[in-house]
Amino acid sequence: MVENDSNGDTPFKIRVADLDFYYGSAQTLFGITMDIPPRKVTALIGPSGCGKSTFLRAMNRMNDIIDGARTRGSVFIDGHDIYQDGTDIVALRKKVGLVFQKSNPFPKSVFDNVAYGPRIHGVRNRRELAAIVERSLVRAALWNEIKDRLDKNAMDLSGGQQQRLCIARTLAVEPEIVLMDEPASALDPQSTAKIEDLIDELRRDFTIVIVTHNMQQAARVSDVTAFLYEGRLIETGPTRTIFTKPHEKKTEDYITGRFG
Amino acid sequence: MMKVVWKEKAIKLMLFAAASTSILIVICIFVFVGKEAGHFAIEPGIKELLGSRWVPVSFQKESFGLLPLITGSLLVTLMATLLTIPFGVAAAVYIAELSRPSEREILKPFIEILAGIPSIVIGFFGLIVLVPLIKAGFGLSTGLTALAGAVLLALMAIPTVVSISEDAIRSVPASYKAASLALGASQMQTIWKVTVPAALPGIIAAIMLGIGRVIGETMAVMMVTGNAAVITASPFDSVRTMTATVAAEMGEVAFGSTHYRALFCVGLVLLLATFGLNMIAQRVLKKYRMG
Repeated sequence: MVENDSNGDTPFKIRVADLDFYYGSAQTLFGITMDIPPRKVTALIGPSGCGKSTFLRAMNRMNDIIDGARTRGSVFIDGHDIYQDGTDIVALRKKVGLVFQKSNPFPKSVFDNVAYGPRIHGVRNRRELAAIVERSLVRAALWNEIKDRLDKNAMDLSGGQQQRLCIARTLAVEPEIVLMDEPASALDPQSTAKIEDLIDELRRDFTIVIVTHNMQQAARVSDVTAFLYEGRLIETGPTRTIFTKPHEKKTEDYITGRFG
Repeated sequence: MMKVVWKEKAIKLMLFAAASTSILIVICIFVFVGKEAGHFAIEPGIKELLGSRWVPVSFQKESFGLLPLITGSLLVTLMATLLTIPFGVAAAVYIAELSRPSEREILKPFIEILAGIPSIVIGFFGLIVLVPLIKAGFGLSTGLTALAGAVLLALMAIPTVVSISEDAIRSVPASYKAASLALGASQMQTIWKVTVPAALPGIIAAIMLGIGRVIGETMAVMMVTGNAAVITASPFDSVRTMTATVAAEMGEVAFGSTHYRALFCVGLVLLLATFGLNMIAQRVLKKYRMG
């Protein structure tokens, strides 16, 4: 159904093929195969420990930093397998940003937080940096609240502002894909609503994959939903279909709250 | 019943006495060192200490100017600090962030052994290895120089710096590093731009504690610096530190003489310097909840 996308993009931005993940000797992902459409929001849902965060992190190889982690299978992004030998991890992570569950700004100023990524990727010009910082904060719907306090320490912001700052920091390196790992789970309802509005805005420019344990949230923000259970992909499809008439009994049980 | 209560009280009192001994001793030291130094301040007066010549024994006129001793100590300590910081921080970064667990298990104990070597033994090492090396390497007439003293002091300060800095670096939240890596930073960029800056208060405290430990160091320095009481800023000159002066002259001085009291003034200056450094370091550690 995404075959004739109006943006002229390929029908999928990310193609996951037969992905296994092992933590030590324990296997936590089993042969996951799925396509993720461009410029859409894809939600990964499932009970705690089902492997949805691990799956998310497999898409920018953040699992590599865990001792004893091993991945098998392929993740193609724009047709390139990121698990091939010789993959440029720096370029990969620049292209595929990750927003963490708990906001984790650096203990630096707001400006330096957002400018961190551009700086490590070689932007030195002050005017250029200032422009990137402004653009990123505007995109993250934080600019108006914070434009007079760019030199303030990021740790002094509220929880919701910190998380939007982390999103701005991710956007500042101009990614094409933004992975979000339960980005609103530690926030109050008002801040959560702001993040959801923001996701709705961002889908125009970015391919978004979001992990959430909040099913209303998945229903509200996503175009496509994938249901994972015990490390296996049970079902994926348009969010409306998944939430109204799922094919699998397990999906239905989870969605209607019979477990999880 | 009464007897038990009395016993409890007695034990509590004994424990309290043990715990407060250190406070008492610090106060006593300040009082007694201060008392002798105070006599000097009255006669011949504090002005005498500001002179630039230390000639405590003379047929014409003795002079007790502390400047050559203070500059000697400063020169050696500053150079030692300059050597300690890059080496200590680099070692701490390696152990905390880059070493494999098996390497860490070897490195840590060796660094702790270095901390436990008696300074006189480090002095021997300096005298037979370092001093000839400096003499030959820089083509000097003698290797007994400020540089030799600084290298030995750095050796003694480094274990403290490494050990406390490493703790500080390891206590940087993993989420900072993950955020940096997720933005496409390399491991080295992450270490120097996120981890080390976040651990900086702890690293600064570590450096101050390390320097505070060696500023009062005596034997090793006395053995290798040549002990010439001159004012100089060259690492290749012989210098005499405050500690070496007290150690060398205290045994031969007449009790209660002006010279005797001048040495107490030297001691008081040292005491205040190390006390100040320790206070600042503790403040920094406490402020960032690492102490």
